[in-house]
Amino acid sequence: MKDQNSPSYTRTAISLHWLVALLIFSAFPLGLYMADLPFSPVKLQLYSYHKWIGVTVLLVAVARLAWRVTHPAPAMLEMPRWQRIAAHAIHHLLYILLFAIPLSGWLMSSAKGFQTVYFGVLPLPDLLGKNKELGDLLHSVHEALNYTLLALLGAHIAGALKHHFIERDDTLRRMTFRYKPGTQP
Amino acid sequence: MKLRALALAATLVATAALAAELTQFSPEKSRISFVSKQMGVAVDGRFAKFDAKISVAPARPETGKAQIDVELTSIDTGSSDADAEVKGKKWFNTAAFPKASFVSSQVRALGGGRYEALGKLTIKGHTHDVTAPFTFKQDGNVGSFDGVFTLNRLDYAIGEGEWADTSTVANEVQIKFHVVALGAPIRK
Repeated sequence: MKDQNSPSYTRTAISLHWLVALLIFSAFPLGLYMADLPFSPVKLQLYSYHKWIGVTVLLVAVARLAWRVTHPAPAMLEMPRWQRIAAHAIHHLLYILLFAIPLSGWLMSSAKGFQTVYFGVLPLPDLLGKNKELGDLLHSVHEALNYTLLALLGAHIAGALKHHFIERDDTLRRMTFRYKPGTQP
Repeated sequence: MKLRALALAATLVATAALAAELTQFSPEKSRISFVSKQMGVAVDGRFAKFDAKISVAPARPETGKAQIDVELTSIDTGSSDADAEVKGKKWFNTAAFPKASFVSSQVRALGGGRYEALGKLTIKGHTHDVTAPFTFKQDGNVGSFDGVFTLNRLDYAIGEGEWADTSTVANEVQIKFHVVALGAPIRK
């Protein structure tokens, strides 16, 4: 285990962070785009890809949470108290959404009568029976959670960029592999 | 004495009724459903309306005959998007071909209450031989036929153009049927 006082994240934590970012930035626009497509083979394919990415997010979220619990993140850099509180709150909410969004999608699929089959080969159990009203409700929940995610990511990214370009501190830099503590320009 | 004769006669009539042909199709108790596969995901669907002409002697189902006509517009694919799509020209083209029909030509006894119906299935102007294994059960005046068979949708041009790609919607579609027939009503 890494020294808790180390100013940098573990390579695993950095990898998981950017992997989740990549998955979210694939699944989110895909979800927006596919929903309005006319019914076609492409639409069916994109729905499947979207679900596979979502299941992957859920798996990576489990790994990430387990890693985070056993490898505490480095202490935050110097910044005003309100910023620290805001950053903490956003991190917590983002972690919650990493679980809640894929789960709501999985439940919605079950309620709509379309089982989720990971990569077309591994069927996930249907946690709910087919139920149109519940399916529509879960659709709204999935959508609302995603817009919440979008807003939180906006704040998360804006904060990182503000630290990088305005305060010119290491907040963003230490989420990269090349970061070495004490070498900031 | 007279009473006993009457009872005997009643028993004989009842036995005759049991042995009578099952000819009354019961749409409320019957069900035709199917399982299609989309991107590896099995999706349940059904046809709400169909009609059957059946004549089966319960003692010898292998001499039975059946014709089943399915109203294709009554399809429930499991999603409203798909329901609208499959009525179109690329799928069933229900405007030109409103019905699918199965006409049995032969029923074989396989033993142990199991049978198979051979016949011709016509959908969208295409006719192919099909073999549908089924079980037959009789409970009093009610006979039920339960079976499953698989058809290849492309044999009937169901899903043309971009839909002919079987990696999205599989070629094989499983058809399940539960057909109930009643004996002719007993005349008084």
